[in-house]
Amino acid sequence: MTTSAKEQELLKGLANNDKKAIEAIYADNYGLIQHFVINNNGSEDDARDIFQESLIVLYENARSPEFSLNCQIRTYLYSVSRRLWLKKLQYGRRFEAQVESLEDTVPVEEDLETHEKMSRQYGIMRGAMGKIGEPCKSLLEAFYVHHKNMHEIASFFGYTNADNAKNQKYKCLMRLKKLFFAQYKNGN
Amino acid sequence: MDQLLLLESVERYLRNEMNAEERKHFEDLRKNNPELDQLVVEHHFFLEEMDRYGEIKRFKANLYDTHHTLQENGEIKDLTLNVPGKIITLWKKYRRVVAVAASIAGITALVISGIITMVTPKAPIKDIEELRRIVNNLEKKTNSQGRELSDVKKKIEPGTPIRYGGSSFLVDGRGYLITSAHVVQNAAQVFVQNVKGQDFRAEIVYTDELKDLAVLRIKDSDFKAVANIPYGIRKSNTDIAEPIFTLGFPKDEIVYGEGYLSAKTGLKGDTMACQISITANPGNSGGPVLNRNGEVIGILNARQTTAEGVVFAIKSQNILRLVDELKKKDTLYNIKLNTSSSIKNMERVQQVKSIENCIYMVKVVEKK
Repeated sequence: MTTSAKEQELLKGLANNDKKAIEAIYADNYGLIQHFVINNNGSEDDARDIFQESLIVLYENARSPEFSLNCQIRTYLYSVSRRLWLKKLQYGRRFEAQVESLEDTVPVEEDLETHEKMSRQYGIMRGAMGKIGEPCKSLLEAFYVHHKNMHEIASFFGYTNADNAKNQKYKCLMRLKKLFFAQYKNGN
Repeated sequence: MDQLLLLESVERYLRNEMNAEERKHFEDLRKNNPELDQLVVEHHFFLEEMDRYGEIKRFKANLYDTHHTLQENGEIKDLTLNVPGKIITLWKKYRRVVAVAASIAGITALVISGIITMVTPKAPIKDIEELRRIVNNLEKKTNSQGRELSDVKKKIEPGTPIRYGGSSFLVDGRGYLITSAHVVQNAAQVFVQNVKGQDFRAEIVYTDELKDLAVLRIKDSDFKAVANIPYGIRKSNTDIAEPIFTLGFPKDEIVYGEGYLSAKTGLKGDTMACQISITANPGNSGGPVLNRNGEVIGILNARQTTAEGVVFAIKSQNILRLVDELKKKDTLYNIKLNTSSSIKNMERVQQVKSIENCIYMVKVVEKK
């Protein structure tokens, strides 16, 4: 089973965090997942969270070069959402009967395991970021997340020159690394 | 500061910001210094983590924006309007619990009400109460001596359970008495007792449940026929407000009561009866209601429980009809009714003195 050229295009766009591609995938598939979650004891917010998480799983996979999707994006997203929602229901002890499923599903357990590991690391990083406080957090995010150069950062944060900002950045980075690795080693 | 410089170098090395010469120098240093090597590996991992953190964060922000954009464009809609509301969702989720709770509550309520019904005394709520007396212990203190003299052989064996009591009055000197039918219902044996305390065996000749009247006949050798019945049975209706009086046995002695006729019909417009205002108690049933001329205008039979001082009496015309029916049925019982009173214009005390000998207490032994 091969996916159409259009889907490949969309996947590529997704991997590059392209707004157009994301919008197309979002608009095509949100309704399905929304119906599924809401018809199975979920709320509107639950539906959004589950769908976005399934998109992240797809995004993570699409970025790795050896990934190839052997089914439709729709089926993949539905399968992931379904697993994620089942897990959440079981976790909250809200699981009642078999969740109804009229759509095809594909096995996604392995992808989800990777995703779980990644989201745990993401959580650690977010926690560490939360702990270092301002202005370190904004400074580091400006550099590493938004890829601003040191001159922009210096003017934005009000440092006299780029060197000062760079100094400050490395101080913050040291603290962040310390926090991150402490948590990381605890977790593993 | 050294640490900061070191970190900066490592980062510049990893980000390929060094020129060739610098890079070579750094690589040499790294080969000879395991600590530096360790730091490079660690930082490499950290930067990767950082990159991914950044990517996912940007991706998430993008998703968030997309969601809002699509929502604003109307390409995705909230489903909440199409799906059952919060209450229904809650109901769906908890209906089993609710059902169990409701059935427990229901069963509890049933059990409690059942227990209450079992425990509470059974008192049927009736509009009217028939005035026969339930006799627990017929004490005959009064006239007991006279009775012993005149009644050597006791008619009623000691220990015979007398269940009900009422009143009756003679309508024929040969021993025919009129009483209420409900007084003698379910009777196995009937005894009557005169005002002196003397007991006589009696039999039920005829009962008419509809009129609530019964005819008794004294069948006892000790009974001496009465030559004259002082009162008469009135054939016509009586007027409202006419004073009346009654004699009966609500206790073991004869009791006199006085009142007036308050309505020409009985309960709910019953034309067979009339309403009188008089004090009446259980035991008065079957007693005569007389006017001031000494005419029997009715037979007392019930009182209204939901109102004060409302007593009903069966009209005297019914006695005439009853006797006629009886005559047609069996010529043996040729009852002669006295229709003219011989105690007209007498003082009330004198009237009562002559009447009371014709008033009998009815004692009923119930069927087992």
